[in-house]
Amino acid sequence: MALDVLKVTIERGPDAAAAQQSFDVPAYENQTVLDVVSWVQQNADPTLSYRFACRVGMCGSCAMMVNGVPRWTCRTHISKVLDGNAVTIGPLRNLPVIKDLAVDMDPFFDKWVEAEGVHHGALTRDDPIAPVDETTVERTTANTGIECINCSVCYAACDTVTANKDYLGPAALQRAWTLLNDAKDEGRASILDAVSGKGGCHTCHSMGSCTAYCPNDLDPMSAIAGLKRETARSFFRRGRS
Amino acid sequence: MKAAKGITSRAHPLWLAYILHRLSGLALAVFLPLHFWVLAMAVTDPERLDGFLRLTESGVVKLAEFGLVFLLTVHMFGGLRLMALEWLPWSASQKTLAVGATTASFLIAVLFFMRAI
Repeated sequence: MALDVLKVTIERGPDAAAAQQSFDVPAYENQTVLDVVSWVQQNADPTLSYRFACRVGMCGSCAMMVNGVPRWTCRTHISKVLDGNAVTIGPLRNLPVIKDLAVDMDPFFDKWVEAEGVHHGALTRDDPIAPVDETTVERTTANTGIECINCSVCYAACDTVTANKDYLGPAALQRAWTLLNDAKDEGRASILDAVSGKGGCHTCHSMGSCTAYCPNDLDPMSAIAGLKRETARSFFRRGRS
Repeated sequence: MKAAKGITSRAHPLWLAYILHRLSGLALAVFLPLHFWVLAMAVTDPERLDGFLRLTESGVVKLAEFGLVFLLTVHMFGGLRLMALEWLPWSASQKTLAVGATTASFLIAVLFFMRAI
């Protein structure tokens, strides 16, 4: 089935519904969604704004809504998402739109810090390098979440984020869970405190869209479940330990 | 509008299990007050209760009872699923095996139960 022309609808402007534009884009054998957007910008409308950098699924900057599903556009082949020969591309959900397909990622990264997704070190450069045992359960658990590229696909997929602007979101909470299991991180108390408050891990309804759409096949829903268990355990142990 | 606001991104088993659990819970919450109200008739107005119980002989009510049993089943297994999902630190394959074993033993138990009645 060789297609000559793709019917590409792009949502533009903060009021996306009112500003849809259609473009005819030549179809190629090998073409990602990002290639399609780039073709429009380079050949049809140079004013189209969008964001990308690495084009190989490492930088996490090119995520967009493609036919209602958040995806990393640089690693999504167009044939996988075409509806006939049509595709609709919009800015990521749950984030303020700056222009066209570029969203403001600040709320996403601010919540990353709010969830204590930062390094809590206790050693100085004068201390010897602490050995890390790769075989412990904690290390294996931490390893399952460290390939996050901060693309915000999970954040865009989550209905709880849509409904509650205080909710920290899947990526930030998964980062907190990773650090909680990291032998090099000393921030246990502050992490548990940050994720057990309003908008923390207990806000999650386990809808699972984060896990269903994570382009790197990570499992933020299970990471958040881990935080739920850990915060509950620390709540019941308070006073005894 | 289709790209950003469509519901396409919800069409996956995890989300469907979530919504089924919540909606069955809501429906049961609506049913419960009615249930207690009818039961209370046994004390306040026994004749009216008898009249109502005769109503339950009709096919429509019998059909509604199937719906009720469905809601209860869906909600109970939805709750068990949620608790296993959030409170058991097992791997996905361990949970799949556990669910498989539970389902098999449940089916066998139902078979024996059906033969007994």
